[in-house]
Amino acid sequence: MSVEQVKEKWSNQISTLTIGATKEEGGTRTSKVVVGGESTLPYLFDEGQIPNKPVIAMEILDSEPVDWPCVLKEPFKGVLNDPVQWAKKCVDEYKAELLCLRLQGIHPDFGDASADKTADTVKSILQAVGVPLIILGCDHAEKDNQVLPKCCEVAKGESCLFGDATEDNYKTLTAACLADGHNIIGESPIDINIAKQVNILITDMGFDIKKIAMNPTIGALGYGMEYAYSIMERARLAALMGDKMLSMPFICFVGQEAWRSKEAKGAQAEHPEWGPEAQRGPVWEASTAISVLLSGADILTMRHPKAVEIVRKTIDSLMKK
Amino acid sequence: MALSGLDIYKLLPKTNCKECGFPTCLAFAMQIAAKKVELAKCPHVSDSAKQSLESASRPPVKLVTIGSGENKLELGNETVMFRHEETFYHPTGLALLLEDTLAAAEIDKRVAAINKLRFERVGQNINADLIAISCASGKKEIFVEAVKKVLSASDFNLILMCEDAAIIKAAAEAAKQRRPLLYAANKDNAEDMAKVAKELSLPLVVRAEDLEQLAELSKKVTAQGVEDLILDSGNKDLTDKIDDLTQIRRLALKKTFRPFGYPTLAITTSADPYQEVMQASAFVAKYAGIVIMKGVEPWQILPILTVRQNIYTDPQKPLQVEAKVYEVGAVNDKSPVMITTNFSLTYYTVEAEVESSRVPSYIISAYCEGMSVLTAWAAEKFTAETIAKTLNECGIKDKIAHQEIIIPGYVAVLSGKLEEESGWKVKVGPKEASGIPSYLKSLKN
Repeated sequence: MSVEQVKEKWSNQISTLTIGATKEEGGTRTSKVVVGGESTLPYLFDEGQIPNKPVIAMEILDSEPVDWPCVLKEPFKGVLNDPVQWAKKCVDEYKAELLCLRLQGIHPDFGDASADKTADTVKSILQAVGVPLIILGCDHAEKDNQVLPKCCEVAKGESCLFGDATEDNYKTLTAACLADGHNIIGESPIDINIAKQVNILITDMGFDIKKIAMNPTIGALGYGMEYAYSIMERARLAALMGDKMLSMPFICFVGQEAWRSKEAKGAQAEHPEWGPEAQRGPVWEASTAISVLLSGADILTMRHPKAVEIVRKTIDSLMKK
Repeated sequence: MALSGLDIYKLLPKTNCKECGFPTCLAFAMQIAAKKVELAKCPHVSDSAKQSLESASRPPVKLVTIGSGENKLELGNETVMFRHEETFYHPTGLALLLEDTLAAAEIDKRVAAINKLRFERVGQNINADLIAISCASGKKEIFVEAVKKVLSASDFNLILMCEDAAIIKAAAEAAKQRRPLLYAANKDNAEDMAKVAKELSLPLVVRAEDLEQLAELSKKVTAQGVEDLILDSGNKDLTDKIDDLTQIRRLALKKTFRPFGYPTLAITTSADPYQEVMQASAFVAKYAGIVIMKGVEPWQILPILTVRQNIYTDPQKPLQVEAKVYEVGAVNDKSPVMITTNFSLTYYTVEAEVESSRVPSYIISAYCEGMSVLTAWAAEKFTAETIAKTLNECGIKDKIAHQEIIIPGYVAVLSGKLEEESGWKVKVGPKEASGIPSYLKSLKN
């Protein structure tokens, strides 16, 4: 019996974002990462193109993590207070193709590191590894505005991805990224209208639409994941139907959110019915990742090497490799 | 397609006999269209009218019930492709595989492990739903024996997996009162399987390797009088299965394609226990009515059940917790008291952070119609007045020997007014729950 399938046709596609610049392009990266470009809903290959696979950025911190559970610290023992060695370990041992440097240590409560010192860290990491870099502030607007422009400057030409620009604080970072040729993350609080507004504000300053990634602010599995899931589905549908100001690739901070939940970090001694945290933690992070992949995530920032390995395999099967 | 009141009117006797309780046939027809009354109220309607009305008013994805009584599992009746369009109604049934070739002691062990796959999180009980017993032995006695063993050892619903109609019939008869799901009718055994399903009035899976054959088989089996079907398009790579599940849902909803108007079933294929979790989670998010998997470790099942809990949460109705005083840890009359809203996500995020701080504390969840802190504040449900009232009425005063209340950082602006209204000393906590542990520890020092 013949079945006439219902195929969707879309008029627009997601923009293509390139992170990292090689020697020929004025940088020093030995590889680049290209994401986005989809002209179909997630993994429906029959209805359009998915030219680039989603990419995992392994997260490193500029200073020793303050709230990481043992299971998460264990794989990075010995390098947690050395971002350069940490970066090398992610690339050499865990085959990271993209790194995400989170500048926790610049926060007034967690070290208050200076702009100069932090810029040096960025420089050293760029020298130590060849993969492209995402650099995130500390969610303290004033301090971020002091430190991030300096980091943009020392990474000039490397085409990093910097974040986050928000509705209330986007001008300084946008101007710095514009001046030094970087990409930027626009952040919105699980709100499709604000997401669009942030993208408009950034492009109004002359920023290339192809150099923007959207952070929809996800919640961990079990802690609001479904809100981001639906916001991302709505934004992706709007983008494919033609809304250019929602057509940027998504970046999702999977590791940061997943490792806040007690199902990820809680010890087995306290929750015997949940099973050992050595498996449970990474699987919680990986399950948060699969949820956002299915709603359109293009870049995932992740923490645990085991979770990274699991999700990398899943991405391969989603991409039919 | 739903019929209009006028369409229905045309099929009625048009005698205005009033026996249905309505003054005219037209008024009755309007009520049927609005789904407020059943056609059966009309004693004179013809059989042919009944038939066309029933098929027209059938939902695009039929509701199929497995099991009976309190434990019954309802699947289907879905109406949208994306949960933001309305909601997903009937959560995916999670089934764990059990092969009848296991030694008796192993069966006991596995059933015991499966029985434990029940968890409580954010105030809801979530659990696996089904045991899928597979006739790996190919032998009737062994299969029936295994089914009987499971019947007595577990109250989970059952899927009987066997492609030999004679064997499955014997097992189904033994398990009849549990209303098991039969798996599966395929192109070779469809007629015999349909007979068994029809005779015992049990739900039946139809399985084919592609959508064309699946549609054909679905038609064939329904033509034999089986009413409750579950559709399985075969084991495939993750993306191909997602594609099938999407097409089946789309054809049912957008084209009212009857052969696909039933819930679906997907089986994980990966031998890697981690990838199995990823596959099962993906099937849950992407429309599967039932997922069958092998792994029974709690660290595998808890995340899958949580994906299900999240995806099937009604986006229009925020989950709420009971508005009351909660005690976290071994509290005493000097323990700190915090207040937040009764939005489930807000409350449990706060609770998790208070727990991890290891500082015994009281959390008051104030009734705010399930809104988050900022939303409730903006909607004037979480104000100095409402908080003062809650402090007076929730019973916290009898539990503590101080009068200090910690409010969320986002509503710091309420402090002055709240002190006036309540007479309590107001402290401003962090804006984000993640700041709670360091905040509570700083209070202690």
